[in-house]
Amino acid sequence: MDTIFGVPTQALFGQLLIGLINGSFYALLSLGLAVIFGLLNIINFTHGAQYMMGAFCAWFLLNKLGVGYWWALAIAPVAVGAFGVLIERLMIRHLYQLDHLYGLLLTFGLALIIQGLFRNEFGSAGLPYQVPAELAGGQNLGFMFLPKYRAWVIVASLVVCMATWFVIEKTKLGSYLRAGTENPQLVQAFGVNVPRMITLTYGFGVGLAALAGVMAAPIYQVNPLMGGDLIIVVFAVVVIGGMGSILGAILTGFGLGVIEGLTKVFYPEASNTVIFIVMAIVLMIKPAGLFGTQK
Amino acid sequence: MGLKKTLLAAAVAAAVGGTAHAQISDGVIKIGVLNDMSGLYADIAGPGSVVAARMAVEDFGAAKKGMKVEIVSADHQNKPDVGSAVVRQWYDVDKVDAVFDVPTSSVALAVSEITRQKGKAFLVSGAATADLTGKACSPNTIHWTYDTWMLANGTGNAIVKTGGDTWFFITADYAFGHALERDTEAVVLKSGGKVLGKVRHPFPGTDFSSFLLQAQASKAKIIGLANAGGDTINSIKQAAEFGIVKGGQHLAGLLVFITDIHGLGLETAQGLIFTETFYWDLNDQTRAFTKRFAAANGGKYPSMVQAGVYSSVLHYLKAIEAAKTDDGTKVIAKMKELPTDDPLFGKGRVRQDGRKIHPAYLVEVKKPSESKGPYDYYKILATIPAEQAFRPEKEGGCPLVK
Repeated sequence: MDTIFGVPTQALFGQLLIGLINGSFYALLSLGLAVIFGLLNIINFTHGAQYMMGAFCAWFLLNKLGVGYWWALAIAPVAVGAFGVLIERLMIRHLYQLDHLYGLLLTFGLALIIQGLFRNEFGSAGLPYQVPAELAGGQNLGFMFLPKYRAWVIVASLVVCMATWFVIEKTKLGSYLRAGTENPQLVQAFGVNVPRMITLTYGFGVGLAALAGVMAAPIYQVNPLMGGDLIIVVFAVVVIGGMGSILGAILTGFGLGVIEGLTKVFYPEASNTVIFIVMAIVLMIKPAGLFGTQK
Repeated sequence: MGLKKTLLAAAVAAAVGGTAHAQISDGVIKIGVLNDMSGLYADIAGPGSVVAARMAVEDFGAAKKGMKVEIVSADHQNKPDVGSAVVRQWYDVDKVDAVFDVPTSSVALAVSEITRQKGKAFLVSGAATADLTGKACSPNTIHWTYDTWMLANGTGNAIVKTGGDTWFFITADYAFGHALERDTEAVVLKSGGKVLGKVRHPFPGTDFSSFLLQAQASKAKIIGLANAGGDTINSIKQAAEFGIVKGGQHLAGLLVFITDIHGLGLETAQGLIFTETFYWDLNDQTRAFTKRFAAANGGKYPSMVQAGVYSSVLHYLKAIEAAKTDDGTKVIAKMKELPTDDPLFGKGRVRQDGRKIHPAYLVEVKKPSESKGPYDYYKILATIPAEQAFRPEKEGGCPLVK
C-alpha cells in the first residue's frame, strides 16, 4: 500500500473527510459569528451557548413532544433565534455605542449563566439523541466507512453557508444590511427600519448557531458544555478568516477542519493547539486575517 | 471556562453545644471537597460528592458526639494549578484539615504532594492513577475507591480471557490516561495478548472519529478506551456511528461510571463490560443509601466516586474519634490501623501504601429489554475479592512498604 509519511494513503483520505465534516461545524458556527460581527459589531460570546440551546431544543422536541429531527431543524433555529431577538432588544442594543469590550463581557456573562442553568438541570454527562432513521447506517467507501449522517452534515452545511453568503453579498436585502452597518443614518433616511433590521440579523445569526446545534445533537452528546468547548476554536476560525468576512469564515472553517484532521493523524497530541498556531502565524503575516480588510 | 470560580462554602455545622475536643485544631474539623464542579467530570463527582460527604457527617452522628464538622467545597476545573492554589489557601488560610475526592489524576498528584508538605490528610476518591499508592505514595494520602491497576486487572483480564487478545488504545493525553493505558497494556501482555497501536487524544476532546478510524484500521479486536466521563461517552457514541462494533471490533471502556451509561442510554451502551467497586443495587443497604442520596441530589443516583467520598469521610471521622486529634499524619495512621466497615463497601482495610481495599465487580450493561427503568443498568458478572482486586502491596514500589 502507498504511504505518505508512514500513513497509508487510504487512511489519509478518511482523515481528510473527517476533517471536512468537523470543518462544516466550524464553518456553520463561524458563519453566524461573522454575520453578527460584520453587521452589528458585536462579538457574540453567547454563540456557543446558543448552539447548545439548539441541541437541547431538538432533544426537548423529540422527548417531550414527539417531534422528530427534521422538524427540529426548522423549529429550533426559530425558537432559539427568537430568544436571541429578545436578548438583543433587552440588552445588547444598549451597547452599540460603546467599545467592543462591553458587548464581549455581556455576551460572555450570558453564556456562563445559560450554561450554568442547563448544567444544574441536566448534569454534565449529557443526554442521548439518536440519528434519524432515514440517515442511520452508512456507506463503505472502500477507504473508510462513511456514516450517512455525516455526509448529510457536509452537504447541509455547504448549502446553508452558500445561501447565507449569497443573500448577504448578492441580494438587495443584503445590500441594505451592509449599508446599514456602514452608515445607519443614511439608510434610515431612505425609509429602512435599521434597528429592526439589526435585531433580525442578530436573530438570524443565533438561529444559525441553533441549526448547527441540532445537526450536532446526533453526533455529540446533547451536553450543556458542548458549546463552551467549541466556541474558542470557532473564534480562532473567525479571526483567521478575518473578522466579519462571511466568505472568510466559511473557507477557513472547512480548511481548519482539514488541518486539524491531519494533525490528529501525524501528531494527535497537538490537535487542539494547531488551530491557535495557525492563528498566530496568520496574524503575524496578515493582521486583519486571511480575508479581512483593514479599516 | 477560565473565569475565577467562587468558593462555594457549604457549611454543614453539626453540634452547637458540647465541648470541643481539646486536640481538634480550632475546635472544628474542616473537610474540603475538591473536584470538577462544572466540567466533564461533574456528574461523576461534582456537587454529588458534597452531598455524600454531608450524609457521612450526619450518619456518623457528629452532632451527638459533640464534634463540630464543617464542609467546604471548590471547583478545580481539572487543572493542577487551580487545584493546588485552592488547596494551599485551604490549608494555610482557611484551616481545612483534610481534602476529599479530587478526580483528575494530574490534580490529585499535585494535591498529594502539598498535603504531605503541610502534614494534613488527603483522601482520594475520584482520581484513578495507581501511582498515588505506588511510586508517589505518601504517609498523608489514602486512595479510596478504585485505581488504574484495579480497572486494568478487572476489565483487561476478563476480556483477554474471552479471546480479546489484540488491542488498540485511545488514551486521554494526561497522567490518568497514561497510567490506565500502561496498567492495561501490562495486563494484556502478561496474559499473552498484543497491543497493535495507540493514539493519545487531547483532554477534553469532542470528536473522536479520527482516532476511531485509526483504531479501525489497526484491525485490533479490542479498542481500549483509556479515558473517562464525557470523553468516553462520545467515543462510544461515535464508535456506534462508524459501525465499529458491527464491523466485529469490540470496545473496552476501561473506566466507565453509571452516570456515563445514564447519559449514553442502554441502546448504545448495551453489552459494555467494565469494572466498578460500587453499584447502587448490590444489597438493601446500598439501595437505602441510594434512595436518600438521590432525594438530596436532584434524583441522580450515586457514582462509585460519590459512594467513595461517603465511605472515606465516615472512616476519617471514626479515626479522629479514636485518635482524639485531627492532626493529618496521625489520623491517616489511625485510619490504616482501624478496619473499615460501612454500608456501601462492606468490610475492608487500608494498607500501609495508602490503598483502601474492598471487592470489585465486573459488570455488563443490560440490554434495553432487560432493564426495569432508569439506573437499572448492570448485570454483575463476577465479584473480585478485595485481596485480589488491587495491586499487591510489594509490586507498587511505594517506599512506605517495608
